[in-house]
Amino acid sequence: MAFVVGGAILAPYLPLDDPQNSITQIARRGPFAKAGTAPGHLLGGDPNGRDMLSRLLWGGRTTLVIATVAVLIGFVLGGVLGLLAGYFRGRTDTIMSGLFDVFLSIPAVILALALVTILRAPAATAGRATAGLDPEVALIIALGIVSIPVLGRITRASAMSWSERDFVLAARAQGAKNLRIVWREVLPNVLPAMLSIALLGIAVAIVAEGTLSILGASVPADTPTWGNMIAGGRQVISLAPHVVFEPALMIFLTVLSLNLLGDAVLAHFDVREASL
Amino acid sequence: MSAIQPGPEAPAGATPLLEVRDLATWFESDRGLVHAVDGVSFTLERGRTVGIVGESGSGKTVLTRSIMGLLPKSGVRRQGSIRFEGVEIGSAPPRQMRKYWGAHMGMVFQDPMTSLNPVMKVGHQITESIHAHLDVSRTFARELALSLLESVRVPDPQRRMDEYPHQLSGGLRQRVCIAVALACGPQLLLADEPTTALDVTVQAQVLDLLEAQQRERFMALALVTHDLGVVAGRADEVIVMYAGQVVEKAATATLFSDMKMPYTEALLHSIPTIDQPSHTRLSAIPGRPPDLVHLPTGCRFAARCAYVQDRCLEEQPPLRPGATPGHEFRCWFPVGTPEGQAARARNEGVEQR
Amino acid sequence: MAGTGTAHLRAESDVLLRVEDLVVEFHVDGGRVKAVSGISLDLVEGETLGLVGESGCGKSTTARAVMQLPRPTSGRVRFDGVELTELKGDALRRIRPRMQMIFQDPISSLNPRRKVGTIVAEGLDIWGTGDAGSRRARVDEMLGAVGLDPDSTRNRRPHEFSGGQCQRISIARAVITEPKLIICDEPVSALDVSVQAQILNLLEDMKQRYDLTMLFIAHDLAVVKNVSDRVAVMYLGKLCEVGPPDQLYERPAHPYTAALLAAIPVPDPASRLDDAHVLGGDIPSNLDPPSGCRFRTRCPKAQARCADEEPSIREVGPGQYVACHFPLAPGEAIEFAATA
Repeated sequence: MAFVVGGAILAPYLPLDDPQNSITQIARRGPFAKAGTAPGHLLGGDPNGRDMLSRLLWGGRTTLVIATVAVLIGFVLGGVLGLLAGYFRGRTDTIMSGLFDVFLSIPAVILALALVTILRAPAATAGRATAGLDPEVALIIALGIVSIPVLGRITRASAMSWSERDFVLAARAQGAKNLRIVWREVLPNVLPAMLSIALLGIAVAIVAEGTLSILGASVPADTPTWGNMIAGGRQVISLAPHVVFEPALMIFLTVLSLNLLGDAVLAHFDVREASL
Repeated sequence: MSAIQPGPEAPAGATPLLEVRDLATWFESDRGLVHAVDGVSFTLERGRTVGIVGESGSGKTVLTRSIMGLLPKSGVRRQGSIRFEGVEIGSAPPRQMRKYWGAHMGMVFQDPMTSLNPVMKVGHQITESIHAHLDVSRTFARELALSLLESVRVPDPQRRMDEYPHQLSGGLRQRVCIAVALACGPQLLLADEPTTALDVTVQAQVLDLLEAQQRERFMALALVTHDLGVVAGRADEVIVMYAGQVVEKAATATLFSDMKMPYTEALLHSIPTIDQPSHTRLSAIPGRPPDLVHLPTGCRFAARCAYVQDRCLEEQPPLRPGATPGHEFRCWFPVGTPEGQAARARNEGVEQR
Repeated sequence: MAGTGTAHLRAESDVLLRVEDLVVEFHVDGGRVKAVSGISLDLVEGETLGLVGESGCGKSTTARAVMQLPRPTSGRVRFDGVELTELKGDALRRIRPRMQMIFQDPISSLNPRRKVGTIVAEGLDIWGTGDAGSRRARVDEMLGAVGLDPDSTRNRRPHEFSGGQCQRISIARAVITEPKLIICDEPVSALDVSVQAQILNLLEDMKQRYDLTMLFIAHDLAVVKNVSDRVAVMYLGKLCEVGPPDQLYERPAHPYTAALLAAIPVPDPASRLDDAHVLGGDIPSNLDPPSGCRFRTRCPKAQARCADEEPSIREVGPGQYVACHFPLAPGEAIEFAATA
């Protein structure tokens, strides 16, 4: 995990070839190609002759940014809505839960697809045509919106159970305002569960990006993301399987480490209760 | 109000129903080895009631579970022997214990809500136990369940048979649990704090019930509780536990009239009673029970004892017999003895100075 | 037996807390739960009132309704000269520090994510009392007062402490805002016997030291007697009997009080409860409580009048009030059917 993140952060500083530059000699050569590996290119090249290693690292950067920011949106917005719904209950809860349910009942991929399409469409205002949003941004927003109800529900459930505890009643009994109670009493207890889910969410978002790439809704192939690398390499899978396998492996490793990290976070915050 | 009738004595020389010798149960944990039960011995005959008294951490619950064989599979170390009707069951695997559960040994737990299956009808929970041990028809099992509910005084048993646990009150649920435990006629019933979660009026009902059942079926009853009042009226013998050990064992009358262990005395005096006037200052036991992982050398109660002397901190007292046969206690300076009184006076003198 | 009636209340000018005809009802799937149906209580400054009853009698609900958390369905609660039921929002919040509560479950009543020092300081932090330095000094003073060492407890979290210690922390938290009234909702029920005595003694000490008035709720009659100046017995949302503990326990006038007293297990092998003195039956549902006197379904003295007419509370002895048509005469014994 550290490797992946490190690589993503460091990509611009490493002496790598420009991932968009074509080097025809190494086109379609795998890492262990019989005719000798393309010199200086450890992981081989992609169908357009661009260096795989460099594309993987740059791609990781892009993929991670998309996934993390999207989940961050979900975390903050979904978290806030969930907290309020869980603490206040009553009508607030009915409205929020209703919203969550509506969004959750639309299959995520379709929703994301629709959102991306809408956001990227150029808008015509008063005769002046404005370009649609940058595909990367559109993707982030779309995935963010999709993740709001998920995080919202989890937060709500957790907030509800913590709000019933006596110490929340004690805080109200001391005259604390509701906002203070939510911020200081409920939130710190809800956070571990939210964080754990958020980490898992990043993993899901990475995979989602892959799916959307195959559907053509992600970033265009020049700028690599793991998803669009897989999408692009589909045609040559029999000739040069490494083009698909390498990004797929990266995704697998990243998702696995995120899952493990999520579990570790939850375990770490699991407070042992004293015995009487 | 008459004094309790002592349970019938077993014929001399007969094998006791339950014989526990030097039983120890230790749990492996992150912090070390938890000495939950650390050398407990006692016997129990049919028709007799033993009260096991202690607070949290005393080991009383682990003791009953060790006897039943209901311990976790791993991380547990056991020593000592448990003989049931002469047969050693201390190290028996669950497969073997299953033959005993229900048919020979029954257990009633503290919280009736969690010991009953919430999605199973009450009647079914009783017949389930019956079918597991007795080879009888469905109709017979149902009849038996019905009569069991009647014997535990559940009103309107026909209707209750087909209800779910959440439709019953706490007291009724506990009666059902007792019916389940008694379904196959065990010779030994272990009741682990059966009334702690219940109201005081219901408590009296349930305890009466246990006693009546015991008499009818000539069972042995082990009543585990933290309440000395509960055992006073209903047990033939009382075992007081502290930090995994037996610290005093005596016939009930002897225990209350001639207690020797300072812990027993302190416990008794720290409980408010209704004959005390309002605002009586309670003589609370200072401090807390010891850490079961890092036990002190010497007497485990020493740090909190009003009679403590140097010897208590260095040397752990063994269980010694007292004046009355059957009375054992674990103390160097027992209550009511000249050494004990001198020790206490010395401590109080030091405090006042 | 009914809570209706205020004969047992004292002059309004003398009391710190006056609760009149408190009613708490709420909707559930099966109908409307009548948890509290017309309870009236009062507390003189410096007094401890013990509120005792079995599960489902509504005593905890009463406590929370007095605190307006949540507000009662109807009734009046007059505290320190202010009518609480008429206060709203900020005004209600401002009064809160004067009226604090201690809960039954010591672990659940403390926020596991916060340090003990900040938990205890919360009352001061909310209202910005004093500066950081003086607040910290107050916290240390409180921790010491409840028998904990400030230096070794201030920075630890609740799960590192035992039940008894957690309850001490709760007490420190409650007293730090200098309240006039403390409501203790079963503060020792979840604790071990030997720890109970420590905490009861502590509450008594704190009461003397900080001039507190207490409403003490419990189901254990002996505990209640030990701490109270006056005891009120509840059953199924209604008040049965009120009076000074020594007197009440010796000469109960209400059959239910007598049943409760008789059921207490006494640590004396010579005394034994026989069948005749055990209260039989089960507590009726509070969705549909019995008409007239709610205790009549289990009362051996019940007669036609008990079903038709709810008894009003009235005086039967010096300071002793009972809500019963046929109260027990002093020294009268009562026999119950063994089962319903």
